[in-house]
Parts: sequence; structure tokens; C-alpha cells
Amino acid sequence: MFVKDIYTLHSTYREDMTVRGYQFGKGEKSACIVGPIRGDEIQQLYICSQLVRALKEIEGNGCISAGRQVLVIPVVNAYSVNINERFFGVKETDINRNVPGSNYGEPAARLADSLLAEIKEYAYGIQFTSFYIQGEFVPHVRMMETGYQNTSLANLFGLPYVVVRKPTPIDTKTLNYNWQDEMTAAFSVYTNQNYRIDEDSARQAVAAVLRFLKRMGIIRYDSHSGFISHVLYESDLSNVSAEKAGIFRGLVHAGDDVRYGMELAKIIDPYDGSVRETITAPTDGIVFFAHSGSLVCQKDTAYRLIHRLHE
Amino acid sequence: MLQGIYFFGASFSKKRIGEKSMIETVIKMELPVGEHIAIRKNRIVTNKDIRNPGRITLVSGTHGDELEGQYICYEVSRRINEHPEYLEGIVDIFPALNPLGIDMAHRSVPGINMDLNRMFPGDANGDINERIIAAIIDDIIGSDICFDLHASDIFVREIPQVRLSEEFAERLMPFAKLTNVDMIWMNATATVHEATLAHSLNTMGVPTMVIELGQGHSINTEYGNQVVEGIFNVMHEMGLWKGPTAAVQTPATSGDGEVEFIRSDVCGLFLSMAQHNHYLKKGELIGRIVDPYSGETLRDIFAGKSGLLFTLRIYPVVYEGDLLARILT
Repeated sequence: MFVKDIYTLHSTYREDMTVRGYQFGKGEKSACIVGPIRGDEIQQLYICSQLVRALKEIEGNGCISAGRQVLVIPVVNAYSVNINERFFGVKETDINRNVPGSNYGEPAARLADSLLAEIKEYAYGIQFTSFYIQGEFVPHVRMMETGYQNTSLANLFGLPYVVVRKPTPIDTKTLNYNWQDEMTAAFSVYTNQNYRIDEDSARQAVAAVLRFLKRMGIIRYDSHSGFISHVLYESDLSNVSAEKAGIFRGLVHAGDDVRYGMELAKIIDPYDGSVRETITAPTDGIVFFAHSGSLVCQKDTAYRLIHRLHE
Repeated sequence: MLQGIYFFGASFSKKRIGEKSMIETVIKMELPVGEHIAIRKNRIVTNKDIRNPGRITLVSGTHGDELEGQYICYEVSRRINEHPEYLEGIVDIFPALNPLGIDMAHRSVPGINMDLNRMFPGDANGDINERIIAAIIDDIIGSDICFDLHASDIFVREIPQVRLSEEFAERLMPFAKLTNVDMIWMNATATVHEATLAHSLNTMGVPTMVIELGQGHSINTEYGNQVVEGIFNVMHEMGLWKGPTAAVQTPATSGDGEVEFIRSDVCGLFLSMAQHNHYLKKGELIGRIVDPYSGETLRDIFAGKSGLLFTLRIYPVVYEGDLLARILT
């Protein structure tokens, strides 16, 4: 294992923030794994740290394929992690909305530029990231529909689902979009948590990445075959919105199999405790996303269901 | 006491403030505890019988830390209220597209911490914020022109300027020249890029100009009045305002190649030493970056080219890459 400094940010009032990469093997830039760009992606940080641990062991056993190189960047934005802020710096910039960045731009743009310069030559790119709304996902691999996306490759992670998202203007500044634009086969991996660690889904994510590396011939490693992924388009998911605002009491979780008419959540009046709304399933299906906040606004997405799919 | 004047009622939908001026609620959504978020606009309609009257829209408060537009909204309303007989069209004024952000002096949308001006055009079937954005767009469509009013943020101070993307410059330039700003900047920063209100509206056929002035968390009434004169000038040229208008200046026009960006290459405290909105000669001192711990001067910042200092840093703490100044050469 070789540790390399990718970018160092200096501050007058804090210690330097150095973005570090952990390199395994030598030769062709085969796979790069990127951890938290936002400060609340603690589950993602944990997963990357476990990947470094696992790859160190694999390398120690001589099982990184000859001429193949893997880079893990466990955390991009440690400054924000350390102060429990989601975004970067006093401007609260979302670095994952500042890619490709610029080497003559603002601090976040320079960081994004240096990051992309370091990772853009890798054949496969894997990012552990998060959604902007608090909630649980079923573990899945997500890709932007850029024209370069390859869902067959995404299948090789062996996670239950592969989701393809049609990019909107807001997506064109993300790492995933720009990484694909650099001809890296880029995947975003979502587990069911952000700021809390869920050991089971973290283990599943580590196994999925190692499975993918094995299947691409980058490491020699015996692993379970995982799932044959179900590929779906994000636009095909059924959105279930809250019609009323209030205290949100969810009754089902991501991954649950629900039936038409089944109660999914209750929205409680914050003043008198009465039930303002009972959210029911508009269709049979699997819960793909579940709102996990304690409060809900009117028309917030409470659930997203995979229509008419059963376990 | 207010009966007959205010019509808030249960739905908080309309407040009547004059014969032809009405505060309307464009969209209203429930927040979790006993409150709504409401996007409200003041629609001022000519009291003359005009067939197919023209419509101008002013929007502001997209970023909650930018307050310069609040004064412009107020002043435009005030002047029209003072002389409604001059109005020959419809004026829609949205002071606050991000009302919770303004209330909290928070640049982004509180709760989700997203930049509202990177979420357009929204989605009428999406979540609460996407629906709000889609409703705003839907309401503005049909306007003959829209002004998207921004202050700078809390970090730098700007002279009044119109920012245009090259994609729409040909169509917008004739209007931009009427706005009484000091400068028109073509293909500038992200304020005119995709996912913004201006880009969305221009794509949908509503000519929309981004006007930027002043700085965050404050109001410069001199700059505000300058832009207000420009707005009435545009209205006059479009036949929406028959009252007298002040003479307006011809703005300098520049592309990105004529703007000198000066950024910090070190972290420290920036002390500005030049006067904003003044011409500098090449080599003149703009400011100094110092270390508050050691008492050392880390950098003296000089103008690399002669020109107008149109952007100057106000917020002193800097990181490597932070913008210190911009000069129109």
C-alpha cells in the first residue's frame, strides 16, 4: 500500500486538510473508489475505511492482479466531517455540485479540479455518496444516463438494484456525471444510511466493491456471487408524497414488500396528536426509498416504490 | 380594523393594497408545525383599458443573504403607487423566492441546504421545493421580460451589472443596454448557467436578465436607485410606462477575456486598500494579505492591469483560490 497526497488545503485557523489516496498494486489505473465529499456521509467514510483495510490484506496476500492499480480516497472533505457540516467552507459549497471545477477557481473548484485530475484516468470509478433528502435507500448502484453508462457492468456489483437516472441540469456538476464524461465507467453506490453507521449494509457495500474488482480481474478474491441486479429507471419509480405536513411516523422501511392499500406511514398533528393523514401504498411493490426524518412537509416524498415488483 | 383592506382569510391568499395592486399567493405549502411557506407576488395592473397589456416581472430573494433586490422591489412598487396613471401594463414583483432563507439570512433553502438557483426549472410533480420552483416558473411564463435581481454574496461587493450568457446575448443585449447599469458582462459566472432561473426562463422564451449589485446582508440605496431608473427606462421603451424617466448611462460591455480575476494564492486575512468602483493603474495596491498570528504580511496584491475595480472583497478571511478583486480592463 502506498499513501499519496492528492490535494492540501491550508487554513489560517485550522490544520491543513490533506486529501489522501491509498494505492494498491502498480500499473494500469484500473479502479478508483471515492468516499465522502459531504461532511455527513459517515457511513460512506466507514465503508471506505473498511475497503482500505480489506485491500491491504488482499495486497498482503499477493492478490492484486499484476499490472493493476486500485486507488481508494476514503474522504475528500474532512474539514466538513470534523465540524458536522454537510457542505464545504464558509460558503457552504457542495463540492459534488462543483465538478469538474477549475485550477484557477474558488477553493471548492480547485479541490474538485485536483480530485478529478487524479482520478479521471481510472477505467472504473466508484463513488459512495448520498441523497439530498434524509432517507433510507435499498442498497443500489446508480448511474447517470449520459450515453456512456453501462448497466451490464453495474450488474457485476451484485447489489439488488441498478438505477439509471436521466440527468437534469442540477446533475451535470456532479462527480458521477463528469467522471463518465472523462470516459471512466462511473458508478455511485448508495447504502441505507448516511450519518449513522449500519454495519450490515456497510459490509454488503464492501463485499459488492470487492466482487466487482474480482469480476473485472483486478483482484483475486473468492466471494459470494451476490444478486443478479434488477435494472430500473428512476423515472419508473412510483412517488408517494405526503399530502399533509406534520410529525412523520413511518411504518415500513426500505426493502419492504408492500401491497396496494397497505398503511405506509402516519402523519401526526404536532399540536393535538391526532392523525392528519395515513399514507397508503398506491400499488404493490418494493419500498426503494423511505423518508427517515421525524418531520415532513406537504408534498415531501415519503416513499418511492418499485412498481409491481415482489421479493 | 383591517377588514375591507386585507383579505388574508383562512387561505392567506390575497391582500389588497390598492385599486389595481394585489398581493397574490402563487403557491403555498404546509410546513410541519403550524406554518406555510408561501411565494407571494405583488401584481400591479394598469387601470386603463388596454388590450393585451405587456407584462414585466421582477424577481428577487433567490438567495437569502442578498437583500439589494428588496429595496428595488419596494422602490418600483412605491413609484408606481405614486403615479399609477403612468402604468400601461402589468408589473409582477416577487420580492422573495426563498422567503425562509431571507428570514434566516441563509443563502440556501433552509432545511435542505440547497442553492435554489441551481434547482430550476423544478418539477410540478416533485417534492415541496421542486413544486414551488415549477409554480414560480409557470407564473412568470407569459411575461415580456423578467429581471432576476441579485446582490453579491457577503464576500465581495459588486457595481451594478447585467450578466448575460452568450447563448442568449443577442436577444437580451438591446434590453440590457437600457438598464442603467455600469457594466454588461457576457458569459460570466454560474449565475447565468444551467439550472438557474434565468437560464430556464430564457430557454422557455421569457427574456430574462440577471442584474447583480452591491453586497450581501446590506442595501446600497444609491445602486438600488440606479437600477430602478433602468427598470423604468426599459418599461418606458416597451410602452409599459408613460411617465418621465431619468437619462440612463451607456454601460461598458465586456466578455470574459476583458475581466482580470485576482485570487488569493495563500490563506490569511485580506485587508482591502483600494476604493471599489474606481479606476486603477497597473501596479496599484489593491490590498494586503496578512497573518494575524505572526504579524507578517504574506502578500501585497497589485493590479495586474489597468481598469475599473468592479469587484472587491469585503469578507477578510481568505483561502487559497478566494476571489479578491475583478478588474474590467
